[in-house]
Amino acid sequence: MNNSFWRKLSTHGILILGTIFMSAPVWVAFMSSTHAADTLFREGLQYWFGGHFFETYNEVLFVEGGVMKKVTALEMLGNSMILGLGFAIGKVVISMSAAYAIVYFRFRLATPLFWVIFLTLLLPLEVRIVPSYEVVAGLGLLNTHTGLIVPLIASATGTFFFRQYFKSVPEELLEAARLDNAGPMRFLIDVLVPLSKTMIAAIMIIMFVVGWNQYLWPLIMTTEENSYTIVIGIKQIYQVLSEGGELPQFQKAFALTILAVLPPVLVVLVFQSWFVKGLVESEK
Amino acid sequence: MSTLTLSGINKRYDNGAHAVRGVDMEISDGELIVFVGPSGCGKSTLLRMVAGLENITEGEMKIDGVRINETSPADRDVAMVFQNYALYPHMTVFRNMAYGLSNRGMAASEIEAKVRETAAMLRIGDYLERKPAQLSGGQRQRVAMGRAIVRSPKLFLFDEPLSNLDAKLRVQMRIEIKRLQRELGVTSIYVTHDQTEAMTLADRLAVINEGKVEQMGSPMDLYSDPKTLFVASFIGSPHINLLPASFEAGQLQVGATALPGFEGLPEAVPLMLGIRPEHIAQHPEGGIEISVDLVEQLGADSLIYGAVSGFDSAEPEELCVRAGEALQLAPGERIKLNFEVDRAMVFRTDNGERLV
Amino acid sequence: MKRVQFERSTVPYFFVAPQIAIIAVFFLWPAGQAIYQSFLLEDAFGISSQFVWFRNYEDTILNYAWLQSAGFTVVFSSLVTFFSLAIALLLAVKANEVLHGSSSYKTMLMWAYAVAPPVAGLMGNLMFNPFIGDLYAAMNAMGWDFNQKLDAFDAGFVVILISVWKQVSVNFIFFLSGLQGIPKGVMEAATLDCRSPTKRFWTITFPLLAPTTFFLMVINITYAFFETFGIIDTTTRGAPGGATNTLVYKVYTDGFLGADLGGSSAQSVILMLMVLALTVFQFRFIERKVHY
Repeated sequence: MNNSFWRKLSTHGILILGTIFMSAPVWVAFMSSTHAADTLFREGLQYWFGGHFFETYNEVLFVEGGVMKKVTALEMLGNSMILGLGFAIGKVVISMSAAYAIVYFRFRLATPLFWVIFLTLLLPLEVRIVPSYEVVAGLGLLNTHTGLIVPLIASATGTFFFRQYFKSVPEELLEAARLDNAGPMRFLIDVLVPLSKTMIAAIMIIMFVVGWNQYLWPLIMTTEENSYTIVIGIKQIYQVLSEGGELPQFQKAFALTILAVLPPVLVVLVFQSWFVKGLVESEK
Repeated sequence: MSTLTLSGINKRYDNGAHAVRGVDMEISDGELIVFVGPSGCGKSTLLRMVAGLENITEGEMKIDGVRINETSPADRDVAMVFQNYALYPHMTVFRNMAYGLSNRGMAASEIEAKVRETAAMLRIGDYLERKPAQLSGGQRQRVAMGRAIVRSPKLFLFDEPLSNLDAKLRVQMRIEIKRLQRELGVTSIYVTHDQTEAMTLADRLAVINEGKVEQMGSPMDLYSDPKTLFVASFIGSPHINLLPASFEAGQLQVGATALPGFEGLPEAVPLMLGIRPEHIAQHPEGGIEISVDLVEQLGADSLIYGAVSGFDSAEPEELCVRAGEALQLAPGERIKLNFEVDRAMVFRTDNGERLV
Repeated sequence: MKRVQFERSTVPYFFVAPQIAIIAVFFLWPAGQAIYQSFLLEDAFGISSQFVWFRNYEDTILNYAWLQSAGFTVVFSSLVTFFSLAIALLLAVKANEVLHGSSSYKTMLMWAYAVAPPVAGLMGNLMFNPFIGDLYAAMNAMGWDFNQKLDAFDAGFVVILISVWKQVSVNFIFFLSGLQGIPKGVMEAATLDCRSPTKRFWTITFPLLAPTTFFLMVINITYAFFETFGIIDTTTRGAPGGATNTLVYKVYTDGFLGADLGGSSAQSVILMLMVLALTVFQFRFIERKVHY
C-alpha cells in the first residue's frame, strides 16, 4: 500500500511538472501582456494579472502598428484566418478528389500519377523556396491570398490520408451503389462524403492549425504589411518594439503572441477528440 | 499443490458498482473449480482478484493459509490463461514461455529444459522460434497454456480461454485442458459463461449471479438439485421448462390445469414449476397437453416443442420434451404428457427459492 | 486498390487534375528549377550565368560555413529528437497510468501542438531576454555565465530547449495512442510474469512501442531539419557566427538574403537527397524490421 502511494505521488508529480513545463511560457506571456511597459522593464516577467489588459489589447488590435505603421493585429488575424481556412478547405477538396480517382477508378495513368503525388512527400517546401518564390512572383501572385495558399496545397499528406481511408471503406458499398445505378459523382456525393464526415472534420482541424501556423512561405511571399499573417506580423513588429530609442513595448509583443496562439489552440481544445483521432489516423 | 480460501470477498468500484458480494469459498488441493454465470455477473472480476489484477475491497484471500490480499500478482505464484491469449507479440514462443521463469531468476539451462519439456507436452515444440502472429488460433491457445504450465504455479487461472476458438477446436481443447489439469494436479479456477463447458470440466461448479455465489457443488448436484430458480434455469441444455403456477386448494394450478401430487406449498404466492425436458414423457392420460410447434430431430433422440394448453394464447407457455426416439409429429398435433412428480421442482418466483 | 472500380476514361482525370496541376506548377517546376540552378553560376549582377556542372556542390560541401552548419544540424536534430521523445514518452507512460484526472493531464500536455514554431521561438526569446527574461537571469544566478548572443553553446541550448518544448506534444499524442493500443491482457500477463514495473516497461512496453518510436524518430528528424526554421529565425538567426545555422536556415539566408542562387540551389538539392535517404531508410528498414 505504501509503495503504491509513493508510486502514485511520483506519477502525479511528473505529470504536474510536465504540465507546468508545457504551460508556463504561455501563462507568463499572457500575464506579462496585461502589465504596463515600464513595469515589465523594471520588474521583469510577470506571473499574475496586471491592470493593463484592455489598454494593451485594444491598442494592439485596433491601432495600426508594424514597421510602416500600416497594419493592425485584427487585420493580420483576418489574413491568418483566410490562410487557415483556405488551406484546410483547399487541401481537403483537392486531396479528397485525387484520392477518389486513385482508389475508385481504373485508368492508365493511375500509377505514374500516384508516384508524382508521392514525390511531394519527399521534398518539403523549405528546400525549394527560392524557385517557388520565383514561380509565384512570375505569375504575379505575390501578396495575394491565392499565391499564399495554393502552393502550400501541393503536398500530398491529405491525399494519402484519404487514400488510406477510402481503401478501408467496404467494397460492397460501391457494388451496392452500382446496382442502384449511381454514377461516380452520385456515389461520391451521396455515399462517400457523408460516410467520411468525421474524417473530413478531423483533417480540417489539423490542416487549419497547420495553415495558420505557416511561417516560411508567408514570410517570403508577403512583402506588404497588410498581407501579413499574425505569425509573420508579430516577428516584424517585435523587432520594431525592441529596437528604437524608446521604452521597449514588451507587453505588446506578449499580447500579439497570445493573439497568434489563441485561435489554433482553441480549435484544438474544442475539437480535441476529433483532432487526436485525425492526427493519429492520418500518420498511419 | 495448494488450497485457496476466500472469505467475505467484496469488490466495489469507485463508481459504486458492487461487482462481487460476499463470496466465501474453499478450493482444495488439485481441484478444478469452474465459475459459471451470465456475462457481467462478476465471475471474471473474482478471478482477477485471485490473480491480483484487481484490488480486494473487503474480505480475505489466502493461499495455503497465507494471506495474499497485499501480495503483488507476480509474487502470488499464480498463472493465468487469458481470453485473447495475451501473448507477447514481440517475443518468440520460446521467449513467451521463458519470460516468467527468467524474471524469477531461474538458470538459463533449466529454463531451456523446462520450456522444451512443456512445449513437447503441448505439441508446440516445432514452433518455439516463431512469433505469435505466425501461429493459428489453436496454436496460440496452446502457447498461452504452455506459458502458464511451464511456471508450475500454485494456481492455474483460466479466463474464458476457449471463447475465441471455433466449435470443434473448443471441444478438443476442453478435453485436453481437463487431461492436463488431472496430470499436473494443479489447483485451478476456470471461468466461463458456457454451461456445457462448465459441466464437462468442473470437479465443482460455482454458479455466480449478480456478484454472489448462488450455489456451489458437483455438476450433477447442481443439475439434479438446484437450490434456486437461477441455478435451475442456468444449468442444463436444453433449458429446464418453467411454467408459472400457483398453489390453490391443495393442488398445483398450472394455467387451467390442476396437477395433483404436491403438498404443503404456500398459497397466494406466485410459483414456478420446473421440469427438465427428459423427465416428461408422452402419456395418454397425462395432465399436461401441448400443441406441437416444432420437432427437432437430433438423431438419437428428438426434442418436441409445443405450447401448453390452458394458457392465454396471447402469452403462450412453451414446453420442451426430450423423447427417446425419433418421433414423427405434425405441427398442430395435440399430445398429452406426463411428468415424474418426484423429479419436478417448485420455486418461489419472487426470490427464486426452491420449495420442492 | 479496390477490386471493384469505375471504368471511365475521362472522369478520373477530372478528379486528379486539380492536384496534379498544382503539383506541376508549384512543385515539379520549382524542384526542377532548383536542380537546374544548382548547376549554374551567376555573375555578381545576376545578368548572365554559365553551366558549371558540380562546382556549386564542391563549393558548398568544401565550405567551412556549410560544414559547420551540417555539423550543427546533425547534433541539433539528434538532441531535439532524443529529448522530445524521451520527455514525451515519460509523460505518456505516466498519463496512461493515472486513473483520476488523466483527461485533464492529456489536454494540458497536448494543446501546445497548436503553437506555431516561430511563436514558440518568440516566447522563448522573451524568456531569455537579457532585460526581462527570468530564465536568462536564473541561468546567470546559478553561476552559469549565460549569454546566447555571444556563446555558441548557450545559443544552441536556447534553440534546442524551445524546439524540444514545441515537439513534446505531438510525440506525447502518438505515444499515448500507442500505449493505449497495447492490449490490456498483454500488460496483465506481464504483471503476473514480472514483479518489477521498470523491468516490465523495458521488456514489454518499450518493445511494443517500437513501431511508434521509429515512426516518431523520422517525424522528429524531419521536424528538426525543416520546421525549426521558424524557431531559429525568431531567436538566434544562426548567431553567434553561424553556430546555430541549420542547413535549411542556411539555404534561406544564402538564397534570399545573400542572393547566391547557385549555391543555395545546390544546398537545396543536397537537402532533398537527405530527405530521400531518410524516406528510403524509413520504408526499407523500419517498416520491415520493427513490425512483428
